[in-house]
Amino acid sequence: MANFSTNEFKSGLKVMLDGDPCSILENEFVKPGKGQAFNRVKLRNLKSGRVWERTFKSGDSLEGADVMDMTLEYSYTDGEFWYFMDPASYEQFGADRDAVGETAKWLKEQEQYEVTLYNGAPLAITPPNFIELAITETDPGLKGDTAQGGSKPATLSTGAVVRVPLFITEGEVIRIDTRSGEYVSRASRS
Amino acid sequence: MSDWRPSASLDTIAARAKLLHQLRAFFAVRGVMEVETPLLAQATVPDPNLEVFAVSADVTDASLYRFLQTSPEFAMKRLLAAGSGDIFQISKAFRKEESGRHHNPEFSLLEWYRVDWDHRMLIREVAELVCEVLGRTGWQVWTYRALFQEHLSIDLFDPNMGHRQLADIAQQRIGDLPLGLDYDATLALLMSHCIEPAISDWGVVFVTEFPVSQAALARTMAVDSGTVAARFECYIDGREVANGYWEQCDVAGLTAQFLADNEQRQQRGLPLRELDQRLLAAQAEGLPDCAGVALGVDRLLALQIGVSTLAETLSFDWHRA
Repeated sequence: MANFSTNEFKSGLKVMLDGDPCSILENEFVKPGKGQAFNRVKLRNLKSGRVWERTFKSGDSLEGADVMDMTLEYSYTDGEFWYFMDPASYEQFGADRDAVGETAKWLKEQEQYEVTLYNGAPLAITPPNFIELAITETDPGLKGDTAQGGSKPATLSTGAVVRVPLFITEGEVIRIDTRSGEYVSRASRS
Repeated sequence: MSDWRPSASLDTIAARAKLLHQLRAFFAVRGVMEVETPLLAQATVPDPNLEVFAVSADVTDASLYRFLQTSPEFAMKRLLAAGSGDIFQISKAFRKEESGRHHNPEFSLLEWYRVDWDHRMLIREVAELVCEVLGRTGWQVWTYRALFQEHLSIDLFDPNMGHRQLADIAQQRIGDLPLGLDYDATLALLMSHCIEPAISDWGVVFVTEFPVSQAALARTMAVDSGTVAARFECYIDGREVANGYWEQCDVAGLTAQFLADNEQRQQRGLPLRELDQRLLAAQAEGLPDCAGVALGVDRLLALQIGVSTLAETLSFDWHRA
């Protein structure tokens, strides 16, 4: 992998720091009058998701990280790995539990996901912002309580539990915002 | 393509015109003569912390370079040695790889020299200029030592405060440090990460009496606590805007500084710089006793109109130039 000098650091560049792949968020050049110049850099550790702040001497360099984002289609899981497929080449990528993380509860077959590959293996999976899933289990709603207030838990086909309005019934397909995990609306019929 | 448009607003472009007029009027009243010196010169500074643009300037021999000036200092000193008297210049200066919120590789410098003045007298004049331009009323002068005592409880004159102790304090305050920081680089790190933010609400602050290792082209002088460099920096709202010296007039001292700079360049694997023989010859002839200062015009304008990035003061910043 190529090395990148501080003056090539820019938002989105993927580099290795302390053995982990990181994405650069911010890079500020500072120089107090005469003397040594520095770059104050904010990076996101792509493994832990944590944000690091580090100072480098201007001109220092970091090794580039072999990281790329691909849009892949979720296929199936064998319990140990979750398999994603490149719809163009049919190539399969198996993501382990660490890579899938919280996204496991939003995985729907044939849906497309943003998969971050590190050295060719999935490192992180980002779901689409909105996803439509069927309700497999929820208490019957109370009649006449459609207008305001009141919600109840509903279990989705993926196993995720979200709160839905009381008028929503079992078997319905609903739209969810994956960033907040909240119910948005009934799915549009197509 | 929308980036054909200026990075500064038209109001700012007008404010710059007014500021330039104001600066020239300031010196006209004081009898300081405006001069022009070359931007492309045969020699450049050996300062290891300055990277220079080298321009292939000979059609028959591509290996002959000229250097875009990092400041007009050397040429102006040759004018002083030739007997110009007090002079000022507003010119472009170029520093490669210095790009960021408060830096643009091509920028405007106001540089001036006062014959028979020392740095203390010049500090007063810089203060008068920035107060007039920015509508401020007061300023403070701090020694480098006092500033470190005040904000970091470090006494740099304490013989037990060596490079290692300093690095430990920097690590506690800042976290993981870059590798290979020498004593002065560690001081620079503390300055930019700890002291600059701490003086950001102090208005106009002059820092003076620098460690001898940071004398650059200033003379050194004895004070009660030891020897210091007769150099100053002007910070306004925590932003560095000017650097000045009671100039090193001694040609042997200047040569020694240049050789030390080149030695540092060698250690860091940077190209060595040929010493500016014309400057050395001028200084051998005799640079009059003088003090000089370089002030960033773009930063001054940013402070005057209240914008937080240099790009907003430039007609076309580095990325649009």
